[in-house]
Amino acid sequence: MIRTENVFKSFGEAEILKGISTEFYSGQTNLIIGRSGAGKTVLLKLLVGLLSPTSGNIWYNDVDFCNLNKKDLRAIRMKVGMLFQASALFDSMTVEQNIRFPLDMFTNMTKKEKLDRVNYCLERVSLEGVNDKYPSETSGGMQKRVGIARAIVLDPIYLFCDEPNSGLDPKTSIVIDELIRSITEEKQITTVINTHDMNSVMEIGDNIILLHQGEVAWRGNKTEVLESENQILRDFIFASPFLQRLRDTALEK
Amino acid sequence: MGISKFLYHLGRYVLMMRTAIARPEKLSMYYRETLRQMNDIGIGSLVIVGLIAVFIGAVTAVQFAYQLEGSFVPRYYIGYIVRDSTIIELAPTISCLVLAGKVGSNIAAEIGGMRQKEHIDAMEIMGVNTAAYLVMPKVIAALFVIPMLVALAAFISIIGGYLASVPTGLMSDAEYVLGVRSFFEQRNITMMFVKSLVFAFILTTVSCYQGYYVKGGSIELGRASTNAVVFSDILILLADYLIAIILT
Repeated sequence: MIRTENVFKSFGEAEILKGISTEFYSGQTNLIIGRSGAGKTVLLKLLVGLLSPTSGNIWYNDVDFCNLNKKDLRAIRMKVGMLFQASALFDSMTVEQNIRFPLDMFTNMTKKEKLDRVNYCLERVSLEGVNDKYPSETSGGMQKRVGIARAIVLDPIYLFCDEPNSGLDPKTSIVIDELIRSITEEKQITTVINTHDMNSVMEIGDNIILLHQGEVAWRGNKTEVLESENQILRDFIFASPFLQRLRDTALEK
Repeated sequence: MGISKFLYHLGRYVLMMRTAIARPEKLSMYYRETLRQMNDIGIGSLVIVGLIAVFIGAVTAVQFAYQLEGSFVPRYYIGYIVRDSTIIELAPTISCLVLAGKVGSNIAAEIGGMRQKEHIDAMEIMGVNTAAYLVMPKVIAALFVIPMLVALAAFISIIGGYLASVPTGLMSDAEYVLGVRSFFEQRNITMMFVKSLVFAFILTTVSCYQGYYVKGGSIELGRASTNAVVFSDILILLADYLIAIILT
């Protein structure tokens, strides 16, 4: 479990996060949602340690994440996997080399063991046989799946995904969502997803946090989303008349 | 650039280097990366360094032949002047200025591109010490390879001087060889290697720094690449002057 405690983050005069206190649970897909500029990416970067909070604390179970020395921080990071919005695959390496990179860097596995592990991860994301392709030779959806394969190759306890559905068609988005959910449930890991994809909210939102102007405006799960009277949530989720009609129909049923 | 900005960059450079000097996560990965960099910096620069060295030697020989014409200075001195000027100054300095342009801009663009595409963030989250992994193999490779390139450049320059003066009739083969073999001082070789080591360190670390902290888009990446060359060149010339004062 990850817990934030009164986290503030400012860039110069601009206060981006204003006292975020929340929890992200193990075995659940925790979603951070909110409009553009609400502070979602900043919160995600704080959670993985790419930024430091101006004040407040972040706890990984009982470990004070913000006050770790570099050695302990790296030790924790080896338990972290992250899927970036643009996948962040090393473009001069093949798919196999990308996924193998953390194994090369941190394990003493033999070549065969590494290859088996890479193939297992590729199989897990339904991408067998693309080992020798370069990222530029694969589609956006495939790159996301390779990103997930690389993120899970060291068996992380914490998985972070920054807008995993951005730039993907609805069908591929569903595949990616399902993949993340199944990995989360199978490995009982803490998954935190930063998204504004409504399908993800409705399908995999076990624990949803709505950020609005740097504050937590609402918290709940996918079933509570439909029933909530929170105006900020309603304005965000049901922004289009089409979605409003869908919601009304769902509630009538 | 204001003094505060200079101190800001200096401090950040020192912090980057302090982080870079750390125990590698996996020695074999660093070793492999160092070999790759040695190939890129060394083999990749052989042609340009060799080509420039030929002309350095040739021009030095022709220029001094012209300057000494009609004087009482013996002709064989041209060989001696070509040898010493290339060993002491021209081979290390010109080669490293050229390498700052070729290797330095390449390093800044490579690391800067990785920063912009979030590759560095991805490595950080994996637990990799990115400052160490991206900087140290390049520095170590440069410290090994650039002195070799400079030594080769000095050798080729002397041959270039020969080609420009003997076949063209400026002097005889015996005169040039006599000049090259006259008044040899071993400490000049030491100075050449000291210079090439210092210049190699400057051009790689300054370029890594420019790339590592790049922000923004392609315009900033281009600017970082240019800055890598400009600042490396300025610092190389400054270091050249300081080494000349200290070692002569």
